[in-house]
Amino acid sequence: MNKIAVIDYGMGNLHSVAKAVEYVGRELSEDIDVVVTADAAKIAAADRVIFPGVGAIRDCMAEINRLNVGQIVADAMKSKPVLAICVGMQALMTRSEENDGVDCLDFMPGDVRYFGSDLRDESGGRLKVPHMGWNQVKQTGSHPLWRDVPDNSRFYFVHSYYVQTENQELVTGVTNYGAEIVAALADDNIFATQFHPEKSQTAGLTLLRNFLQWDGTT
Amino acid sequence: MALAKRIIPCLDCDHGRVVKGVKFVDIRDAGDPVEVAKRYCDAGADEITFLDISASHEGRATTIHTVQAIAGQVFIPLTVGGGIRSLEDIRSMLNAGADKVAINTAAVENPEFVRAAAQRFGSQCIVVSVDAKQVSAQGEPLKWEIFTHGGRNPTSLDAIEWIARMVAYGAGEILLTSMDRDGTKTGFDLALNKTASNAVQVPIIASGGVGTLQHLVDGILEGEADAVLAASIFHFQEFTIGQAKTYMAERGIEVRVT
Repeated sequence: MNKIAVIDYGMGNLHSVAKAVEYVGRELSEDIDVVVTADAAKIAAADRVIFPGVGAIRDCMAEINRLNVGQIVADAMKSKPVLAICVGMQALMTRSEENDGVDCLDFMPGDVRYFGSDLRDESGGRLKVPHMGWNQVKQTGSHPLWRDVPDNSRFYFVHSYYVQTENQELVTGVTNYGAEIVAALADDNIFATQFHPEKSQTAGLTLLRNFLQWDGTT
Repeated sequence: MALAKRIIPCLDCDHGRVVKGVKFVDIRDAGDPVEVAKRYCDAGADEITFLDISASHEGRATTIHTVQAIAGQVFIPLTVGGGIRSLEDIRSMLNAGADKVAINTAAVENPEFVRAAAQRFGSQCIVVSVDAKQVSAQGEPLKWEIFTHGGRNPTSLDAIEWIARMVAYGAGEILLTSMDRDGTKTGFDLALNKTASNAVQVPIIASGGVGTLQHLVDGILEGEADAVLAASIFHFQEFTIGQAKTYMAERGIEVRVT
């Protein structure tokens, strides 16, 4: 039995993630048990943990702190593969400038910044914010979660804030929107994506399938 | 490397069945929204928009089951619109597996609803759907007005001002339908789209009037839309989504090739 816990701290739609994981589990003919929960004991009993997130960071961090999710994530990060998605990834960083500045979990070094109100592409064309839709992800490092995912595959993004880290060794995927920005981070048993693998059809499902089979080593 | 312009097929559903006719020759049940959505997803659609046109409460209950079924098999973004009037409606749709909801009449009746919805669920899942009709006479500066109830009820709201207001209230995206063009197959209202796209920072989905692949191209290049929505040209297999993407790519538009 492969037990997957999707951490539910009340912020938005976690069903997409759970359904996508169940789907790839069925494709693998694996015996998969997906729980959507904030229960520390259930998450501790899982083999793999997914830390999703949507919405505004202030509300997310308030719920993370209220439900002691930071400790739950920290415990999971000690011992098992963890996949953080979108605002879940942003919550792992040091600080976000959204909502006039919010302290995050500081499990990874870096800041979360606004795209700005006058974002331009290389030729000066105006770029909309949020960055919404399918953009290409260049794999800057090899990783078990990139297995069978062609380099420069398109993934679905929707965000107005992006992660910036001085520790380039953590960056395992980048995309371009106004500038080169972080699309994925990897650190030992943690993999984090700005995009939504659960909404990224074949490329995203492949990444999730790799996560279900990942032992957390690189 | 750049963000792709999106192609979004739209399914109109009544009591859990696709209406306005879908005529795939090799599909088992063209009225089954799950089968149709899956088909579009496999064909390379970038998102699916599902509009519930059921007038009754029972019809809406069916919709929730349909959304659940689609979300279990289709792993691209799914927007659900039609009859979204309360935070509870939004929660039900998101819990069923929708990624975004489209709000139309309820926004006009109570603009604060959009603000509350964006605050509660995040702008990323709040699409405001706008039905606009040109009201300026020939020779006058262009002006469009918002209509509700499928274009029947005028509101005296200026469309561009309304869109800017909805974005200020937290709409993450605008689904902009030209009532003048809807169903005509004469192409998008490009001036409407371009004016709206330049007025706000969020993406605009152009809708209403697609009859040819060149219309899709025009919507992006001239209408400056970020995404194009179409129903009948795909439903009746006049063109496949693959053909649409090839045609757009040949004209220099960034698309997602699957």
